[in-house]
Amino acid sequence: MRRLLFLLTTFLFFVPGFAQEAIKGKVTTVENGVEASLEGVNIYWLETTVGTISKTDGSFEIEKVDLPASLVFQYLGFETDTLLVSSNEFIAHQMRPTIAEELDEVIVSKTKASIQKTYFKPRNVVTISSDELLKAACCNLSESFETNPAVDVNFSDAITGTKQIKMLGLASPYLLITQENIPMVRGASQAYGLTYTPGPWVESIQVTKGAGSVTNGFESITGQINTELFKPLVSEKRYLNLYRALDGRNELNLRLNSVLSDRWSAGLFLHANNRRQENDRNDDGFLDNPTGDQINVLGRLQYTNAQSGWVGFLTLRYLDEQRQGGEMGTQAPNELRTNPLWRSDMNTNRFDISLKTGYVFPLRTYQSFGLQLAYSDHDQVADFGQRNYHINHDSFYGNLLFNSIFGNTLNTFKTGITAAYDKFDELVDSNTYSRVDRSAGLFFEYTYNDIDTWSLVLGGRLDKHNRLGTFFTPRVNVRYTPWQGSALRFSAGQGRKASNIFAENQSLFFTGRTISIDSNQGQFYGLGPERATNYGVSFLQSFNLFTNQGDFTIDFYRTDFIDQVVVDWETVGLLRFYNLEGDSFSENLQLELNYELSENLSLRSAYKTYRVETDFGSGRLTRPLTPRDRFFANLDFKTTANDKGAQWRFDLTHHYIGSQRLPANSRDGVSAEADGYALWNSQLTHAFSSSFEVYLGAENLTNFKQQDPIIASDDPFGSNFDASIIYAPIFGRMIYSGLRWTSKK
Amino acid sequence: MRKIFFSLLTITFALSVQAQKSIEKSVIEVDGVCGMCKARIEKTSFKIKGVKSASWSTDTHQLTLIYDTSKASLDSIQKQIARVGHNTPLFKAPDEAYEALPMCCKYKTVEDH
Repeated sequence: MRRLLFLLTTFLFFVPGFAQEAIKGKVTTVENGVEASLEGVNIYWLETTVGTISKTDGSFEIEKVDLPASLVFQYLGFETDTLLVSSNEFIAHQMRPTIAEELDEVIVSKTKASIQKTYFKPRNVVTISSDELLKAACCNLSESFETNPAVDVNFSDAITGTKQIKMLGLASPYLLITQENIPMVRGASQAYGLTYTPGPWVESIQVTKGAGSVTNGFESITGQINTELFKPLVSEKRYLNLYRALDGRNELNLRLNSVLSDRWSAGLFLHANNRRQENDRNDDGFLDNPTGDQINVLGRLQYTNAQSGWVGFLTLRYLDEQRQGGEMGTQAPNELRTNPLWRSDMNTNRFDISLKTGYVFPLRTYQSFGLQLAYSDHDQVADFGQRNYHINHDSFYGNLLFNSIFGNTLNTFKTGITAAYDKFDELVDSNTYSRVDRSAGLFFEYTYNDIDTWSLVLGGRLDKHNRLGTFFTPRVNVRYTPWQGSALRFSAGQGRKASNIFAENQSLFFTGRTISIDSNQGQFYGLGPERATNYGVSFLQSFNLFTNQGDFTIDFYRTDFIDQVVVDWETVGLLRFYNLEGDSFSENLQLELNYELSENLSLRSAYKTYRVETDFGSGRLTRPLTPRDRFFANLDFKTTANDKGAQWRFDLTHHYIGSQRLPANSRDGVSAEADGYALWNSQLTHAFSSSFEVYLGAENLTNFKQQDPIIASDDPFGSNFDASIIYAPIFGRMIYSGLRWTSKK
Repeated sequence: MRKIFFSLLTITFALSVQAQKSIEKSVIEVDGVCGMCKARIEKTSFKIKGVKSASWSTDTHQLTLIYDTSKASLDSIQKQIARVGHNTPLFKAPDEAYEALPMCCKYKTVEDH
């Protein structure tokens, strides 16, 4: 056996190296009248697999074949030559550059759209660039979707000031939210985590609707949102943004990047915001938005070695935030002030560290390894009136991934293993909850892409989880292009997750409701896990009308819950959690039209309709605070930038939010509805040059406000008190301004 | 057991060294215009056994190929691409193949620079 092996190995090693007679030569060119040697020229015998590459001094040695034979010289930017070789003589060959006109610079006048749709990828992905993020007032991740129809942004409550997001009619816990493909907003950070990524740090956002990849875990149900932060190697060296709004919010954003050597570069990102000013425009004695401050610092190191194929990122982040809300205190009008005052105080500390390394095989650039390791520690201590909520979440995530092909790059696959560890410690009023979740999984995803007509992704993962058991998660995506400029997509997949009922529903703490968990001996707070199937179709068509481009999309998605933790707000004074018995689903139909009206003016619009229903204990109802219809339109105008980059930009956004059902409460009763309403936002930017610009904007131009947003505000410690029922802006019109400065050096 | 493990390791290593040696990357200029050309050029390349990766750029007209030299040669790939209507450095497309291309792929008439 051993001898055979030795023979085999020897054979394999020596066959290709068989000594052969060689022909020598040199390749040169004429550069400004001087002869220069050419390195890296492809030299090979025609119709054979025998070839070589010229060395630094232009010299080469090529294995001899049966003569006469044709020797081909090939080099990028030079004319390919074929020589007839009939003897063993030294070959001196001079190559000519390809005619200059072919190398002339091409000026492409088409600017890249700030929202890009894919026509060839199998998944329904919308990419939002950093340019698009500039249109939002001041943004952290939760606010960055206001000019984009793929994600719905709800209104911030008066207590925490956080805007929640929804996709396909379901709240963010059913989404997988990743940062550079590492799960980020989950567990303890589920409710407020999106506000911890400042917009100016974000290079781009990819929003995937429907079933996504299995490579990042089993948790995603309705879709995936991935953010890519600026990379130190390629982004601007210095960036500064200052922002101030009339509601008292101040922001500072700073990015510093530096290339340390040919392989290392480093970045330091800083974000700070505060609000000291107390606002009570609706005179209910409660602040309209919380005061407080946030410090957020991120440092990263990037390693790139093109020769060896190794790349890596080490990222560290620290966040500290305080928010205070509730009654105005001494500034409140006497007749409104309660004794004691209802105050909220929330302190959050978070530390993240992640290491990403990747190796791309030289030559076989289609084959690579990737390793992602991440750790985070999230700690939130909050008091809401007499209630308190404290959560600590330690999380570890590891993912090892291998990419390669079957035969050729039309057939690619990804496979690997994932390990996750989550430790939760919670204090809810006087009850403590502790648990550890551990899981390990194996995934495999195959992609077929025939380039122009269709592509297919088949993925699956097998996980073993200490509380969810062992289970299989299948996902499929298909893209078919029936004619040019179109894409028809289908997706289906399953996902499951543990419901962190308190962290995901923190608005319950600013109500006087009694909390009741109808335990069924499940693994999470006495409740079972959540599991749902999502499927949908989408059709995208681009068109040209009056020489201008546009595109039209229609899509329909449905999510069916097999298991769900139902959050039942349908009884006055009570909040119940129980496992679903019966049906629960969400349906979403979206029509989207984007059109370039002229070179400087473009329009985006979308109409969305939702049907989100659940079998509650009291019967089937539409999910509360879920508008049935939404309409969105955005008009974007920019002047043509001059050669210095000076430019005016203007945009106007319209939102119509249809009627929505309110949760049961003491004031409005059991099945009250809030009427639909319209909102307008606008922004004007003047760029003095490509490195300095100022902007002025207004959110909610028509000053629309929700009347008396806090129920029973005169008795905040009573069971009827409810500050969670927010379906429209509380503060009204908000004017803001800011500046941005960038330096490439 | 250990012996088998090491034997397998050696074979794998030997095979990968061998396989590594025969993999070649080449960039050649191929005439074409649009996305349809891209699909045709790439699909033709993929039909040849041993072609691992083929990617043609509509901007630069460069075809980047990764192929196994023990199964495919740059010549045979170019010959096939020319046969479906696209000029390559070594082979000119036959007139009838060029004539058969759809209007948007007529690179000889399109002034794209």
